[in-house]
Amino acid sequence: MSFEPICKPSGPASVPPNLVNYESARASFSWDAARRELDGLPDGAGLNIAHEAVERHATGRRRDHIALRWLGRKGSQRDITYAEFGELTSRFANGLAELGVKAGDAVYVLAGRIPELYVTALGALKHRCVFCPLFSAFGPEPIRSRLSIGQGRVLVTTEALYQRKVAPIRDSLPHLEHVLIVAETDPPSAVPGTHDFGRLLAGVPDRYQISPTRPEDPALLHFTSGTTGTPKGAMHVHEAVVAHHTTGKLALDLHPDDIFWCTADPGWVTGTSYGIIAPLTNGVTSIIDEGDFDAERWYRVIEQQRVNVWYSAPTAIRLMMKLGEDVVRQHDLSSLRFLASVGEPLNPEAVVWSHRAFGTPFHDNWWQTETGGIMIANFASMEVRPGSMGRPLPGIDAAIVRRAASGAIEVIQDDESGELALRPGWPSMFRGYFGQPERYASCFADGWYLTGDLARRDPDGYFWFVGRKDDVIKTSGHLIGPFEVESILLEHRAVAEAGVIGKPDPQAYEIVKAFVALKADFAPTDELRRELLGFARTRLGAAVAPKEIEFVPKLPKTRSGKIMRRLLKARELGLPEGDISTLEEN
Amino acid sequence: MTESELRQTIVTLLCDIAPEIDPAQILPDVSFREQLDIDSMDFQNLMIALNKRTGVDVPERDYPKMTTLNGAVSYLLPRLPPT
Repeated sequence: MSFEPICKPSGPASVPPNLVNYESARASFSWDAARRELDGLPDGAGLNIAHEAVERHATGRRRDHIALRWLGRKGSQRDITYAEFGELTSRFANGLAELGVKAGDAVYVLAGRIPELYVTALGALKHRCVFCPLFSAFGPEPIRSRLSIGQGRVLVTTEALYQRKVAPIRDSLPHLEHVLIVAETDPPSAVPGTHDFGRLLAGVPDRYQISPTRPEDPALLHFTSGTTGTPKGAMHVHEAVVAHHTTGKLALDLHPDDIFWCTADPGWVTGTSYGIIAPLTNGVTSIIDEGDFDAERWYRVIEQQRVNVWYSAPTAIRLMMKLGEDVVRQHDLSSLRFLASVGEPLNPEAVVWSHRAFGTPFHDNWWQTETGGIMIANFASMEVRPGSMGRPLPGIDAAIVRRAASGAIEVIQDDESGELALRPGWPSMFRGYFGQPERYASCFADGWYLTGDLARRDPDGYFWFVGRKDDVIKTSGHLIGPFEVESILLEHRAVAEAGVIGKPDPQAYEIVKAFVALKADFAPTDELRRELLGFARTRLGAAVAPKEIEFVPKLPKTRSGKIMRRLLKARELGLPEGDISTLEEN
Repeated sequence: MTESELRQTIVTLLCDIAPEIDPAQILPDVSFREQLDIDSMDFQNLMIALNKRTGVDVPERDYPKMTTLNGAVSYLLPRLPPT
């Protein structure tokens, strides 16, 4: 079934979009000009994300504007102005200094969406530390590997998360010197081996001068997954803020008086680039909702907070669609001006539905942890082709390529599928995988960054997602590496082999499914399946652990012993098995 | 199905989805997601399993009433089909 493009009303809009004409915006765009929209540190002392996001507003005209409006799980609300946020983040930076934490040290956070997470992010950046968020639904094993790979020196977390997930592994983290606990009780309970976050901040000044920062100084560390090996820590530098700011303006159409709501958790890159940094650099008010997804509550948030720009994800949108447009209509959502989606491709049905239900469609866009910011988008001023990720941002050159036999990269013609590639050089491009230079190098060839996503381009320049080139699983907007899951399953005494795939799912795009072959002494009972499931969930957390486990007598492997996940997936879907010439013989 | 049988059924189905849960530790008035490592997919799966087991069709709209053990019991109990 094909879907008609959604055209935008002609005539003057009440709020004219930042990007009015795509072609001319592309033609006139330069990253140098984009850089000049930011202030830079005073006296030419460089570029620091925290200065652009907080300090320049805290000491300027927007000081009394609300930067963050936090909506607590239990119904409370807390407004933090730019001035106040400037003070809080300065206190945190001073607190780090008092602990002896140095520029370049990694400061991690493991928490739900609480105000202290945001204070930690910007305070750490002020002190020129590297900020690294961890998803709070990770189990101890993903937490351990990420803290260990990135050599985290400081961790900010809550008492409950610490006791459950960090205390048991703390001995295996020699780099982790300071754990700061955000109190959940008053007075805070004393947890051995930790500091109290609130007490640390209370004892230090609320002014902090950011030291000279080079645009290329490391700033952010975001973990992502590959097919093989340990998680990869993509490093971003302070200069990334140029892209955060510009893409927030062009792709999300942020205007200074907007109320903006990014529903992504900062544990993932969207929740940091667009849940923390971009709205602040643009000086808008950002809604932070501590609670979990609940469509009707979300509609109430939009109605009560008069949200103008809403950035969400396909899984949530599909659940809203299931609930139906009648429920949407029972709320006054007339404040909404622009809707965007990211995480996995937004199916055309959901785009068309959202147009009907909200009066404006969700605009899908595409980017990944490595790109640091939105690269391809449907824009407010342009027609939406349902199912397409849109067109490359000004300043971004994208193409569909294939690797020729010679190793050279060839750009292929329109309407043919190939790998989506980008010309390096935009400010938020990752600068490395922490400690893994060879994995970084393997992402580039012939002057292109190869994204690992397969896509095609139509003759009008719109890009369409086709699939992943590797075996990485896309689930509820997150990437999960099969190897990380398989490794844990293999630690169970009954498991001989494990192969993990993404099984297509109407809600979550894919779910994690594990195929397990047991050792000779174990029978494939339901009891054992439950034991394995619980084992994996305890170690990996619900966000990463398999949702389904199936026992098989043996896993398909290549002659060199590599598990053929592609074949597992084809069998799961009842599809042709494709080229099985490398399959080992039984 | 009596109230205590229903309560037991919900706990059993929850533990099928998340076998690491210790049933004795479940706080009946705190949401599953807040106290247990239950994500939105797990919750959806619980709703599907409950529908299969009890025959009660819970519309998506009422999912927010099902987020705690006591909430789910009081929602389902009066709606159980006669046996």
